Amino acid sequence: MLAFAVRRILYSIPVLIVASFIIFALGSASADPLAPLREKNPPAPQNVIDAETVRLHLDQPLLARYFSWLGGIFTGDFGPSVVSTANIGSDLADRFLVTIRLIALAMLIALVLAVVIGVLTAVKQYSKFDYTATFLGFLFLAMPAFWFAILLKQAGIEFNNAVGTQAIYTIGQVSVPPPQGTGAYILDVIGHMVLPTISLALISYAAWSRFTRASMLEVMNSDYVRLARAKGLTRRRVMVKHGLRTALIPLTTVTALDIASIIGGAVVTENVFQWKGMGDYLVTSIRMNDVYATASWLLIAATVVIAFNLLADLLYGVLDPRIRYA
Amino acid sequence: MPDTTTAIPPQAEEREFTVAERSQAQLVFRRFLQHRAAVVSLCVFVALILLAYVGGWLWKYDAGQYTPDNSVPPSWEHPFGTDSAGRDQFAQVLRGTRISLQVSVSVAILATLVGTLWGSVAGYFGGWVDTVMMRISDLVLTLPLIAVAAMLAHNFGGTWYLIALVIAALYWAYVSRVARGVVLSLREKEFVEAARALGASDTRIILRHLVPNALGSILVNLTILVALAILLETSLSYLGFGVTPPDTSLGLLVSEAQTALTTRPWLFYFPGLFIIIIALTINFIGDGLRDAFDPQQTKVRQ
Repeated sequence: MLAFAVRRILYSIPVLIVASFIIFALGSASADPLAPLREKNPPAPQNVIDAETVRLHLDQPLLARYFSWLGGIFTGDFGPSVVSTANIGSDLADRFLVTIRLIALAMLIALVLAVVIGVLTAVKQYSKFDYTATFLGFLFLAMPAFWFAILLKQAGIEFNNAVGTQAIYTIGQVSVPPPQGTGAYILDVIGHMVLPTISLALISYAAWSRFTRASMLEVMNSDYVRLARAKGLTRRRVMVKHGLRTALIPLTTVTALDIASIIGGAVVTENVFQWKGMGDYLVTSIRMNDVYATASWLLIAATVVIAFNLLADLLYGVLDPRIRYA
Repeated sequence: MPDTTTAIPPQAEEREFTVAERSQAQLVFRRFLQHRAAVVSLCVFVALILLAYVGGWLWKYDAGQYTPDNSVPPSWEHPFGTDSAGRDQFAQVLRGTRISLQVSVSVAILATLVGTLWGSVAGYFGGWVDTVMMRISDLVLTLPLIAVAAMLAHNFGGTWYLIALVIAALYWAYVSRVARGVVLSLREKEFVEAARALGASDTRIILRHLVPNALGSILVNLTILVALAILLETSLSYLGFGVTPPDTSLGLLVSEAQTALTTRPWLFYFPGLFIIIIALTINFIGDGLRDAFDPQQTKVRQ
């Protein structure tokens, strides 16, 4: 198992390095950080543009820029932003903490929902509940994340109007200014999380519950489950001990591999609820042609995705011994 | 499914038993017809396409045309109401549907062509070719699609075909994985071995056995890709990195309407509803196609 883990970890490193180069090259090729300066009316003076060119290392070739960016990251320096006072590293760290709580909680809720509903629909196959849940699953699969989020936000606003106070927060990740005291602050943060988390969780849960249902049905029709029933175990015991355990193994992989699309969903969700998180940072950076900021954002996202893929492989190895020796 | 001949009950009058050969396509078509949700979805989807292309052309208002009625709710005159500038929302939604459909169908076709070629070459040759090609696909898959698409589309995008190109340039990697898996499993199948033992050439094996058998999975995947692409395109347009005015798409319409949700909710609901109808019907059609192409899978599931 250890050898398998070490091999997988070693394999991830070159992937990450190549990914970082592609990200940087794509970012540099697709945007000109000086374009906003040049298009300014009246145009910025030449000496300002020259100074910016040097400050953003644009006078150097692509490879030199890439290596100085990559080298800087190890010392916590993510390169110069087009906003001269901004520090990309510390900005991203703040934003990351905001977004991670949204993604983590939404994934947790989505997983619990997916397992519960997936198992129930498999057990009660072709029941009214199954048909309703299946239809709802299809509906959420077909629903654009932003549309659903806007609807939820509007529902929150109308609820607030109905009760006459700010019962549900609909804008931002924390009140401005933030409340005094740790307890009040935490409560405020949780209050702001309710709607975005529901929105992101429901969008992700649909595919997973369909997957749990299919995998549960497959397991329940397998020979060893029939054997367990035949030797006299109760239906419930077979379901939980033999069925569910096996059925959940592929789900770990599916959830881990879906992380990239969840990050994408979080970008849209944050945009609707006006969170100052990673999503907002990405959108702002792209609009300002802030190449280093965009590339650093993508590098962090790619690192998270690769880490989750690694985690999926290792978990799969732990859960299913056959994989280790393959 | 190499065996495509089946006896059918007697239909002709002059003989007691008539055995007619049914082609693979006929079998698939018959099985598809048994999936009720898929058939209904196909009808709705075709109706929607007709509405978007023919209906939009026949409708009394053009998209973007200013009418004297500002901000009127849905009525017979304006079925989907009008916006604050007096533009007929029905015409706008139909034009948005056309553009969104064009983007997603182009993405599905382009990504399927490139991805299938990439994946099947990798799967067919195996060895280091496979390793290198699939590592490249894996690299594309490590990037959150919407983020890269937004970055590329911000400076290259704007018109619908450029957006389609950007999305397809990222989606092919998903297709290549599916195609490779299909080719890998087909290569080892007994009927391919049997054909080879009978002396069939590589070309014959590929054209007569691999391609027809892989077609099902590829077609199912293509269908689902249309739904995924329409969701991504609308999300991009919503964030402001997709189709830009004066062009329009369903996502852009929702984006423009979100501030007016309390005062003019019809502007928000109709484009969103159209996105859902398109994605929902396509997913059901894909589900029906999957069952039709792979009856064994259905049996396991039931």
